[in-house]
Amino acid sequence: MAPPVIHAERLGKRYIIGHRRRASTARDALAGAASRMVLAIRRGGFEPRTTDELWAVKDLSFDIAAGEIVGLIGRNGAGKSTLLKILSQITEPTAGYVDVTGRIGSLLEVGTGFHEDLTGRENTYLNGAILGMGKAEIDRKFDEIVAFAEVERFIDTPVKHYSSGMYMRLAFAVAAHLETEILVVDEVLAVGDAQFQKKCLGKIDDVARGGRTVLFVTHNMAIVQRLATTAILLDQGRLVNAGPVRAIVAEYLAGAAGARYEAATRTGLPQFLLAELVDADGSRIAAPLSTDAFGFRMRYVIPQHHPGLKVGIGLLAADGTTVFTTNTADVSLQLPAAAQEYDATVIVPPDTLLAGDYHIALCIWDAGDIYDLKEPALSFAVEPGPSVIYGGHDRKGFVHVACSWTVGTSSAVPV
Amino acid sequence: MTTADSALPPALATRRLQPSKSWSTRTFADVWAYRELLYFFIWRDVKVRYKQTALGAGWAIIQPLMTMVVFTVFFGHLARMPSDGLPYPVFSLAALVPWTYFAAALGNGSAALNGQQHIISKVYFPRLIIPLAAVMAPLIDFAIAFVILILLMAWYHIVPGAAIVWLPLLMLLAVATAAAVSVWLSALSVRYRDVRYVVPFGVQIWLFATPVAYPASLVPARWRAAYGLNPMAGVIEGFRWALVGGPSPGLMTLVSAAAVVVLFVAGSVYFRKCEGTFADII
Repeated sequence: MAPPVIHAERLGKRYIIGHRRRASTARDALAGAASRMVLAIRRGGFEPRTTDELWAVKDLSFDIAAGEIVGLIGRNGAGKSTLLKILSQITEPTAGYVDVTGRIGSLLEVGTGFHEDLTGRENTYLNGAILGMGKAEIDRKFDEIVAFAEVERFIDTPVKHYSSGMYMRLAFAVAAHLETEILVVDEVLAVGDAQFQKKCLGKIDDVARGGRTVLFVTHNMAIVQRLATTAILLDQGRLVNAGPVRAIVAEYLAGAAGARYEAATRTGLPQFLLAELVDADGSRIAAPLSTDAFGFRMRYVIPQHHPGLKVGIGLLAADGTTVFTTNTADVSLQLPAAAQEYDATVIVPPDTLLAGDYHIALCIWDAGDIYDLKEPALSFAVEPGPSVIYGGHDRKGFVHVACSWTVGTSSAVPV
Repeated sequence: MTTADSALPPALATRRLQPSKSWSTRTFADVWAYRELLYFFIWRDVKVRYKQTALGAGWAIIQPLMTMVVFTVFFGHLARMPSDGLPYPVFSLAALVPWTYFAAALGNGSAALNGQQHIISKVYFPRLIIPLAAVMAPLIDFAIAFVILILLMAWYHIVPGAAIVWLPLLMLLAVATAAAVSVWLSALSVRYRDVRYVVPFGVQIWLFATPVAYPASLVPARWRAAYGLNPMAGVIEGFRWALVGGPSPGLMTLVSAAAVVVLFVAGSVYFRKCEGTFADII
């Protein structure tokens, strides 16, 4: 194994939360100090300050070797973004340390420092310098950046006159041409249009092939599996496991969901509220038999009148591989648009899945946007049913396909 | 690729990121490594300012010139303020040109970190560059106003003496004063939002504590060195002496220079201490 380019040792980051954090004023600080003083005199000693602490990451120790493509995975609040911020020196750790060999560039900051009154050319130089490029380096790459962004004709126009697509392309082009040994990418894969996401993915692919080290955060398990060689799984700021991507993704999926999903917050957008496993009659079950029909019931809410929505599920194998997807548009079902709560049920026919562990991803979207994506929302096991054909757990594959076979005596034609 | 033309550290150097312990010489080494970014920030501030304001360069002239007219009428003619034997308009404009720079630089510099929070929370570079760039951008306005001052001197047939060679150093002292105070105030303003209300008020008080409208010779001779503890007193008196032939500020300017060095180094230590957590509170 190559020597580590990133070596973290008991790394921790603590945030102080509470009323003193943001809107503090000098007056409050003085008044606070004074009142503590008075209290101290009265009681004959200082009380420890009552502030709430939050360890966004804690006791993280890991190594990343040169050339590894690492996916950082974990639920919201697991500490993924905080870790990237520490690595890219935006914020200091509170405890421990991390040794970084080589320069770190990041796609956290696409368009950071763009000024709308400056032209594309001026912004390219400014943004390049903010990201750490020298003037000579930008001079050298300038034509390439402009060509990549496809904004040649508008390069001397202030960027406030750019379309959002042009703006994004130029911003991304500058960031993408920063050549560092280590690249960190935070969720950019989740923003922008499909075209833009494709460019991001393409860039990560390029970088990976160039032998550089990449760390990225995403909630999309398909992308992790496609791009990453290794993965680090975080939960509530702590490292759960790190290793080959398939095993870690499987571990994440297994721990991430149960047999019932319930939304924690209301987003104000179309979203899922509940999801559960049911049998063909609609009663809740914990684990279906492979020989029975079973399904999923999803309660979703449309907060405002919203035509053109689609609801779909993806069925994932234990390692995150998508086995199949199905949605309401497949069967030309027009969803009601009125603001209300709805129950949707999808039934999987009997003898479809082989026994094993599976996950369900839920999605609600329309032609333009994804409003709610839960991957995974439910995790469950399919138990082997009473079938002579599909017995134990050791069968390869995920699904039963009713194929036909014929066998006859070979006609023994001499060659 | 080569790293020679990049501001980032050399390719294979290993850096240890850990809780900051104390100030070190790395503070200034880092700023030096990112000097091109300093240049780009100054360039941006100047560009944007001239693109956004209708009068552009006009503001650089109007502000000190109007103040001079008002001072001349009220202090010069009505109050008969002594002016070390100089025509009062020259006397006051020679002080107002560096003072206008200082006031603008302090306003810019102290608010700089809060104005750049979107960058601070997204990308690393030595944060000290932000207030430093902010105090240097108004130098362009200063240069324009300076031309007006030269024209006024020509009108009164005032020719500077040999002391003019000290002028660049005095200007450097003005920049250093603005930088030193801005480093303190910008770091404080991240934590305490009321700093931004204090600054305009403070600048106003400071103007009257500085020999802009009146000569430092009004201050008793034995207190004059101590008066230099107000660094701008040293700058302004020095400016008049170097350019239009006022009395020599002597020890006063040296005291000012020493005060600025102390203020700047202490400010950098404090700034450095807060720097690592700017992104968390901003």
